[in-house]
Amino acid sequence: MSHPALAQAFIDDRPRAQWHDKALWFVREKRDRMATSVPEWEELRQRASEIKQHTMSLLPDYLEMFERNAKARGVQVHWATDGPEHNRIVHEILQKHQVKKLVKSKSMLTEECHLNPFLEKHGIEVVDTDLGEWIVQLRDEPPSHIVLPAIHLKKEDVGETFHQHIGTEKGASDPKYLTEAARNTLRQRFCAADAGLTGVNFAIAETGGFVVCTNEGNADLGVSLPKLHIASMGIEKLIPRASDLAVFLRLLARSATGQPITTYSSHFHGPREGCELHIVLLDNGRSEILKSPEFRRSLSCIRCGACMNTCPVYRRSGGHSYESTVPGPIGSILTPLKDPAAHSSLPFACTLCGSCTDVCPVKIDLHHQLFAMRAFLDRKKLLGMSKKLSMKFVSGLLSSQWVFSSAGKAARTALRWLPRFAVYNPLNPWGKQRDLPDAPKDSFRAQYAEHQKDKKSRPSSGTGGQS
Amino acid sequence: MKVALFIPCYVDQFYPQVGMATVKILEHFGVDHTFPAAQTCCGQPMANSGCMPEAKPLALRFVEIFKKYQYIVAPSGSCVSMVRNHYSTFFDKDDVEANDVRRRTYELSEFLTNVLKVDKLDGKFAHTVGIHQSCHGLRELRLGPSSEVMAQRPEMLTDLLSGLEGISFSKLQRPDECCGFGGTFAVAEEAVSCMMGDDRINDHLNAGTEVLTAGDMSCLMHLEGIIKRQKHPIRVMHFAEILAESIT
Repeated sequence: MSHPALAQAFIDDRPRAQWHDKALWFVREKRDRMATSVPEWEELRQRASEIKQHTMSLLPDYLEMFERNAKARGVQVHWATDGPEHNRIVHEILQKHQVKKLVKSKSMLTEECHLNPFLEKHGIEVVDTDLGEWIVQLRDEPPSHIVLPAIHLKKEDVGETFHQHIGTEKGASDPKYLTEAARNTLRQRFCAADAGLTGVNFAIAETGGFVVCTNEGNADLGVSLPKLHIASMGIEKLIPRASDLAVFLRLLARSATGQPITTYSSHFHGPREGCELHIVLLDNGRSEILKSPEFRRSLSCIRCGACMNTCPVYRRSGGHSYESTVPGPIGSILTPLKDPAAHSSLPFACTLCGSCTDVCPVKIDLHHQLFAMRAFLDRKKLLGMSKKLSMKFVSGLLSSQWVFSSAGKAARTALRWLPRFAVYNPLNPWGKQRDLPDAPKDSFRAQYAEHQKDKKSRPSSGTGGQS
Repeated sequence: MKVALFIPCYVDQFYPQVGMATVKILEHFGVDHTFPAAQTCCGQPMANSGCMPEAKPLALRFVEIFKKYQYIVAPSGSCVSMVRNHYSTFFDKDDVEANDVRRRTYELSEFLTNVLKVDKLDGKFAHTVGIHQSCHGLRELRLGPSSEVMAQRPEMLTDLLSGLEGISFSKLQRPDECCGFGGTFAVAEEAVSCMMGDDRINDHLNAGTEVLTAGDMSCLMHLEGIIKRQKHPIRVMHFAEILAESIT
């Protein structure tokens, strides 16, 4: 389905759409308060943007440096071209260790690769341990937001899900009761796990280490007991130096949730004694994006989700309307880049308001990329015939002053004389909830000509005088 | 000083009073003006739809028509942004004529503030005015501070209006959220567009807005369409109309 149809369905439940909008706006406001509290906020954004662009310009070198330093720390490094290869590598490592139960901390990368169904097909139990991610896993739904995976759900929905899956009381919706129940169940899963898998927020080229940011401490819990830790990361997650973390960790949580810092910023620099640490580096189309001067900067994304929280369209259409692992403005660039035919409506799920660009902590020119993405779709002949033909027609009409003026006059006359039911028909989506402007008898150009004629006939009040 | 009026196509056809208000303001400040009648549209609807080959002839045409003028002024932030920020796609980066036209094209409040150096307007407008910050004026032309960016900037539209006697401004919950017009978005994403418009209007109703104004008639066309349909007691005026009505 296309975005407009899914958005319409979301908005059909108006109170819920309004609640969703307010919930995310609340996060945006928290972010604003946090950003205000850092006097050098704009300098940090600038610095982060430059570090990321620098890193991307030398990505192959930094990746090799990272691999070298990680290996020196005893980390086993794997390279995956696409999702299936990533999943195969993870599965082989798990098989080698005879893993039956895997706990995962939040990783949008494994969502991108559809790792869970792949491993489950091979008889491995996978438990997502981030609370929001676990809720959507129980419901067999994809996350609707990259930082707040269950933001589309109300506490009553969570109560019902828990009642069905972990036997909480029917109708219970007290957040404290529900999180306590989740905690008890998840603790058992942590203790029983044979391996832990995490994502990566920042990988540091000069040290070969990486950082995982969570609010629930579930990454630490998941990898501290089992002897095997696998970390899956996109190749764009790299930063050159450990000191660069001072820029990114300050921006990430403030932008994402309006916290000064994530509760846990866990650093991993090599396996524990007697344990194994594997890193799977995934390309999956990223090096193609790197080649494109138009869209390269989208790789700077640190997945904070601020562009979703601020996007007036995302807030009112919900994450699932994007049918994409990463929804919202950044998703509307990354997803059509990978599969333009399947996601051609996403770059148009945007008013080009530019709020995403201004909120982005790494200053990705998101709305300009969304603008460019539309022309990219046109070049791939994916705009759809009606849009293309109507734009061809209007462009032709606007290429002549006479045709333009005549068409304008005809439209105004029609609007002035046609009965209301003829104007507000089902083929006029503008008129479903909106009136059209009153059509004036004379255009500006006609009124202006008249005005200038009047002025000439009254030379005393000629051009340049005060009126 | 001679100003060439750049009147957006839909303003020419549907909101002539906004163009005439612009004329009145320029005359008030003794500025000579002309309307190059060959102009039609800057090409933004095509460019925003991704149809660059269809937008290009209009951009070439625009530069050809306006290249001989010292100042080009439009009562629209969105159309000015198209010329200033997106025309680079259609011309060689060293094209002197195109670059000159891009540089000399001003949005009206920007022209009044930065070129004419108007800091206070004499006039009276005793109403509670709600300002809708049109996104392209705000975030493309930087005519004011956007709530996302932690930087101080002058607020051109508000500053111009605030000189009027008796005027007060309504205080919004969300001072610069998009209205949901977005060109073809208004039709292609009708449901989201109208919900966004509704939310803006409710913010203004709760804040006591009597007169809703903006720098772009396109946002106001969308918002007024909803206001009229729902019969809300809000009058909609482009800021040029407020200034033209108020100046003495």
